[in-house]
Amino acid sequence: MNAPPRDHHVNFAYLDERTKRMIRRAILKAVCIPGYQVAFGSREMPLPYGWGTGGIQVTASLLGPDDVLKVIDQGSDDTVNAVNIRRFFQRTAGVEVTTETPCADVIQTRHRIPETPLREGQIIVYQVPVPEPMQRLEPREAETRKLHGLAEYGLMHVKLYEDIARFGHIATTYDYPVLVNGRYVMAPSPIPKFDNPKMHMNPALQVFGAGREKRIYAVPPYTPVESLAFDDHPFTVQKWDSPCALCGATDSFLDEVITDDHGTRMFVCSDSDYCRTRQQAAQACGEEKLRARA
Amino acid sequence: MYVAVKGGETAILNSYALLTELRRGDPAVPEIGTDQISAQLRLAVARVMTEGSIYDPELAALALKQAAGDAVEAIFLLRAHRTTLPRLGYSLPLETGRMHLWRRVSAAFKDLPGGQILGPTYDYTQRLLDFSLLDGGETPAAAQAPVDNDMATPSVIDLLAQEGLVEIDAVPEGDSAPRDLTREPLRFPADRPTRLQNLARADEGFLLAMGYSTQRGYSHTHPFAGEIRFGSVELELVPEELGFPVSIGDIEVTECQMINQFAGSKMLPPQFTRGYGLAFGHSERKAMAMSLVDRALRARELGEAVEAPAQMEEFVLSHSDNLEASGFVQHLKLPHYVDFQSELELVRRMRRAHGQPEEEA
Amino acid sequence: MPGRDVDTPLLRVRGLRRLYGRRVAIEEVSFDLWPGEVLAVVGESGSGKTTLLHALAGHHMPDAGSVWFDTRDQGHVEIYSMPEGHRRALARTDLGFVHQNAADGLRMNVSAGANVVERLMALGQRNYGDLRVQAAEWLARVEIDPCRIDDTPLTFSGGMRQRLQIARNLITLPRLMFLDEPTSGLDVSVQARLLDLLRQLTRQLGLAAVLVTHDLAVARLLAHRMIVMQQGRVVEAGLTDQVLDDPEHAYSQLLVSSVLPP
Repeated sequence: MNAPPRDHHVNFAYLDERTKRMIRRAILKAVCIPGYQVAFGSREMPLPYGWGTGGIQVTASLLGPDDVLKVIDQGSDDTVNAVNIRRFFQRTAGVEVTTETPCADVIQTRHRIPETPLREGQIIVYQVPVPEPMQRLEPREAETRKLHGLAEYGLMHVKLYEDIARFGHIATTYDYPVLVNGRYVMAPSPIPKFDNPKMHMNPALQVFGAGREKRIYAVPPYTPVESLAFDDHPFTVQKWDSPCALCGATDSFLDEVITDDHGTRMFVCSDSDYCRTRQQAAQACGEEKLRARA
Repeated sequence: MYVAVKGGETAILNSYALLTELRRGDPAVPEIGTDQISAQLRLAVARVMTEGSIYDPELAALALKQAAGDAVEAIFLLRAHRTTLPRLGYSLPLETGRMHLWRRVSAAFKDLPGGQILGPTYDYTQRLLDFSLLDGGETPAAAQAPVDNDMATPSVIDLLAQEGLVEIDAVPEGDSAPRDLTREPLRFPADRPTRLQNLARADEGFLLAMGYSTQRGYSHTHPFAGEIRFGSVELELVPEELGFPVSIGDIEVTECQMINQFAGSKMLPPQFTRGYGLAFGHSERKAMAMSLVDRALRARELGEAVEAPAQMEEFVLSHSDNLEASGFVQHLKLPHYVDFQSELELVRRMRRAHGQPEEEA
Repeated sequence: MPGRDVDTPLLRVRGLRRLYGRRVAIEEVSFDLWPGEVLAVVGESGSGKTTLLHALAGHHMPDAGSVWFDTRDQGHVEIYSMPEGHRRALARTDLGFVHQNAADGLRMNVSAGANVVERLMALGQRNYGDLRVQAAEWLARVEIDPCRIDDTPLTFSGGMRQRLQIARNLITLPRLMFLDEPTSGLDVSVQARLLDLLRQLTRQLGLAAVLVTHDLAVARLLAHRMIVMQQGRVVEAGLTDQVLDDPEHAYSQLLVSSVLPP
């Protein structure tokens, strides 16, 4: 990767220090109240609202000069959006970047959690378009604020009930609402529900940033996170019929790729780093076997 | 053999090059200067300054040039730049009564102290394309100089207010400083100073539509244009070290005061009520639309039923910012294939189940 | 009911007053309501009946006066001294409110079944199968065909919507219901059916109710006692039959006499 040169006209990671302090205070408050949406004075950033400004502001406030940053979108380090954001931080902070999940201190992600389990000391920053889990049912913020405050979540269960009545099962496949620390219902961002279990008791710190809607929330390490469901319609995750066509993984989220005009499709890991690591390991194993035979 | 697509970075760098090339256009054509933009496209500059929330015609011109004329993109550039600017302090409130007037009209009165001044306006032109502009050339000088008034021209609204016919904008108890909407998030319910800030930088098209709706039956405020003024006002600041106001320059603003009728009072005898609009540069459409929406949003505090979209605070204020709107609408271009994959799988599953006989009642 | 103190009123209202600006909507309203008792509030439009109902139900704090409710676990509590969360919780469990316009009391684009069991889900019930069985039971109880369980109220007639509202409220077996002109806008035969249902249910469940109506026949049919309101004040109170057959106050007399005989 050709790293863009560090732009010294801007402060480290673009935001001024007072703004960073304001955001950190919001993050601290969010960590103290897991799943609770903290309003913050979101700034206009050089990327548009809706394109990750919340995540970027959170990352900018947390990054230190010695931190290593990974940025992914849809699980891949190489989509244009991920590249754009990574370049932004290379330009404004000059930090080391990586595609390898275990090597990152801060991982900013759009819509996926890496397959490789995170460890203590890592921070994962989620980009959130709609922080309010009840927004589609109740658009008024003044009302949803009250519902959260009084833990009145009947409305969420009405929605789940309706899904089962209409479709026979809960029809939400991404941004699947969760109960955090047994208290607040939270929108995990549009990660596929496949990823929801990864949030539960995760050793890493999870921070969620919504720039346009101006909210930050967090799940501290080792916090219980439970996906909403009914006892007799428990939460289930997606499964595929075949493994990843490139690395053979059977435990990762697979993207469908159409490969020719006849509609031939194949399934490959969404998490590009995970797939690459597995392929390299397989190759190494393969090479070892060849050498052993030689 | 399928290989995972790489090359997002190359694609981006190439797109920058293409964008620059298209922005410059045919190299045989002279490059447009920002001085030309700020001088000859002053109304575009006005809009960009107003919604970009920075009064700087040069920067606004630069933004317009960089954005190839896309106003919302230019506004975005200004707003992003604004984030990096240090805050030096707050000015004193503008004394629009002491405006150096270019234009001043009132629809509510035939004549008024200080006079009606038509000034530079498209209002009474016939909208016929002027093909002589294609060739360029000299323009004749204006027949008269702009009005030079050293005296203050008080707003006609203030005169009505003296009679008690129009509500006075009372200073709230404690007179606390307004919250700065560019620094703090918008919360509901929002007080008037907060709403006005939101409306001042709101998208002109959106406000225009909302204001228009109030004239077509979606709320009834019976507006009259009490006064519209355009001209330059002095900006004053009180530096801490000096302790007295210092003029830091003039800015051009457009101000609109709407007079609206108020019927069926609970607390007060019948009075006219007001709507207020203010914008940078010459922006009458924006200032007028803003004043209509300002009045509509006061429904709650004036004891009116909230029935029309323009009266719904959360609806109006949450969707008025074109950066937020544009960003979120256009974010749909970002890859969503993981979410879509989940939906695809669900729909396929449901279709399979649909094709099979019912297993349970 | 066994174990209950029958000397304690379920609802005790004292000196209730509510203003809109300078206009007095209700003034000096006081009464007691006992478990299982139905009280009708009658009067013409503008008499303050609906304002009173909302004040009693905890929706709008009065400008003066108090509303005491005999809660299940905390004895007599003045409802406006409770934190808002408790008051809202009370409104979802031990109280019920049937709106004049059913659309105000239902979720119109959600199925009948979901409407009925929402309170139970809010209380923590998490078994879909059980919830559905209960929904079907209550629909049947309010004489709605249980096959309509997945239809939204948008497809229901006015009478059905009102019955759905009733089911939605009664599922938590509240001890006190507030009904705001429940039969208005419905045609005569539908009204009769609804009134019959209400009479049955209030008796079966030992329900107390405050019923606002301008229709004296409804009061006669459902209510044990009645208060007559005029311009925000209670001008007469007593047993329903007594007030209707022998009204003392001039206004009550006027009301009674203006009703056409059936």
